[in-house]
Amino acid sequence: MSLVQRTLAALAALVAGLVLVVPFGATEGGTLPITEFPLVAGFALLAVLSLVRFRWALRIEADLILAALGAAGLLATLPTLEQAGPGFWLTLVASWLFAWVFAERLAGAITRKGISSRVGVLIPIVFGITILVAWEAVTRGGQVPKVLLPSPSGIFSSFIENIPKLIADFQQTFLKSVLIGYALGCGFGFIVAVAIDRSPFLKRGLLPLGNFVSALPLIGIAPIMVMWFGFDWPSKAAVVVIMTFFPMLVNTVAGLNVAGRMERDLMQTYAAGYWPSLIKLRLPAAAPFIFNALKINSTLALIGAIVAEFFGTPIVGMGFRISSEIGKLNVEMVWAEIAVAALAGSAFYWVVAIVERAVTFWHPSVRGGRA
Amino acid sequence: MTDGGKSHTVVEAQGLGLTFNTADGDVEALSNVSLDIRRGDFVSFIGPSGCGKTTFLRVIADLEQPTAGRITVNGLSPAEARMQRSYGYVFQAPALFPWRTIEKNVALPLEIMGYSDAERRDRIARTLDLVNLKGFEKKFPWQLSGGMQQRASIARALAFDADLLLMDEPFGALDEIVRDYLNAELLKLWARTKKTIAFVTHSIPEAVYLSTKIVVMSPRPGRVTDIIESTLPAERPLDIRETPEFLAIAHRVREGLRAGHSYEHTE
Repeated sequence: MSLVQRTLAALAALVAGLVLVVPFGATEGGTLPITEFPLVAGFALLAVLSLVRFRWALRIEADLILAALGAAGLLATLPTLEQAGPGFWLTLVASWLFAWVFAERLAGAITRKGISSRVGVLIPIVFGITILVAWEAVTRGGQVPKVLLPSPSGIFSSFIENIPKLIADFQQTFLKSVLIGYALGCGFGFIVAVAIDRSPFLKRGLLPLGNFVSALPLIGIAPIMVMWFGFDWPSKAAVVVIMTFFPMLVNTVAGLNVAGRMERDLMQTYAAGYWPSLIKLRLPAAAPFIFNALKINSTLALIGAIVAEFFGTPIVGMGFRISSEIGKLNVEMVWAEIAVAALAGSAFYWVVAIVERAVTFWHPSVRGGRA
Repeated sequence: MTDGGKSHTVVEAQGLGLTFNTADGDVEALSNVSLDIRRGDFVSFIGPSGCGKTTFLRVIADLEQPTAGRITVNGLSPAEARMQRSYGYVFQAPALFPWRTIEKNVALPLEIMGYSDAERRDRIARTLDLVNLKGFEKKFPWQLSGGMQQRASIARALAFDADLLLMDEPFGALDEIVRDYLNAELLKLWARTKKTIAFVTHSIPEAVYLSTKIVVMSPRPGRVTDIIESTLPAERPLDIRETPEFLAIAHRVREGLRAGHSYEHTE
């Protein structure tokens, strides 16, 4: 074990040892000793026992089990606990330290090739769970008002209760406004870029116009689109079209110019016309730029559609739900909706990125080679 | 080489001139260049940078427009010759498309020129065999060495059977050993295919080793200072470069370069 790991392990055992001697929490009837919570007590004892690692090697899994035991014990106390005392917070810290020791040791073992690097996926998972446990413990143990920050469990139960609503919102906002607006905006941007590239006349006219439209504030356009296209999803799709059009236009225009002079001369020596040159040389060369725009737009589109729903919408949609639930101070539902948006946005981006890797496999940035 | 009639002349230039208008004023890249390339010739153009050797090749290829004189390629204007796909051009860099495999790169001109699938497969196999790249069909350019990439680009220029091959310092970026090897390979290929080759270089041994005719050029303005008909035999092993005959030609090329190159004018 390295110095960092030894220090962390000693500190974790020490903090867990303190849990055994300080008051754990309180109810109206008085303080609650550690003996009321056998799981936590067991964790603390085992944690102190883990000090034997300085004499005999302890397997990596032991730290993960200790961290999990501490976290489970901590969460189990929440229903009976009315006021968290020092023991509660020390348990949180100790459990977190064990998770840290585990991550350090696993990363070290992978670097030394002692363990397959596939196991490394555990590190971000442990990190994510640690964040959730800490969030749950702080919001419930610390009695943080729900309006400020609801607990993950509250968000999750709100999520489960409202699945039909969330699905309806997802369909309305993501499957209609976002995907249709994204396809149209990126499609138009691409076609106009090819046209602009063909004609200097259009370049002088349309590029500044596209720039102008993209500079319009979203909250200014959205109400106007509602006036033009009605309350339902077409007005949101229109906002998404406006937001995604310009990044695609600019990136494609730039991408169409990256094919080298020599490659263009080569096409000329074959007496290749405009279309063969475009399809066989300039578009493939532009692909990395086009995918950049597709990735930028995948997140822009979701933001645009959600914000646009703040300006008039039927009673369904992610943006509508967020604005109406926050009005009812039902913050847990707002967070559930945010979770859906985050998951959908990340998945969308991820799909575009996967396609990008498949299409631009040849680009030095993807294959990790030199140009 | 026997002196052929008019029909045996592939490229004929008369008083050719080309002036570029640049921000620093006019640059005379070519001045009064008169030259014939006959069918089956291997002509090298040698000279320092700025002597117009590449420009001349680009004029033949219709990639630059001359501003004076006249030039014909296969009896046609360069533009007409280009539209008839009458030459293959090999650039200083391989200029292979990284998203295409080697065979797909060779197929590029064939696709553009509308060859059938069967014909394409046949020609890809034949030309890759010609440049010794059999077995690398499915590789991507970035998986091959620089020398192999340049051979693939030569295969691409040969694929559509143009009789004229224009090569602009094709081996300039390669190291000496690879270059020697490719030079020997190129001579074999030339003997097998009976192509007419115009070859730009700034290496004297390379020019003398490869050519039946060496055109020595000099800069400011770009012009021809000497045309040397090689007396070396058609069969040329690499060690021919140590024979007195070879050295005599190399000496004459060097003299031509020295005479044309006035260092006083360079700043």
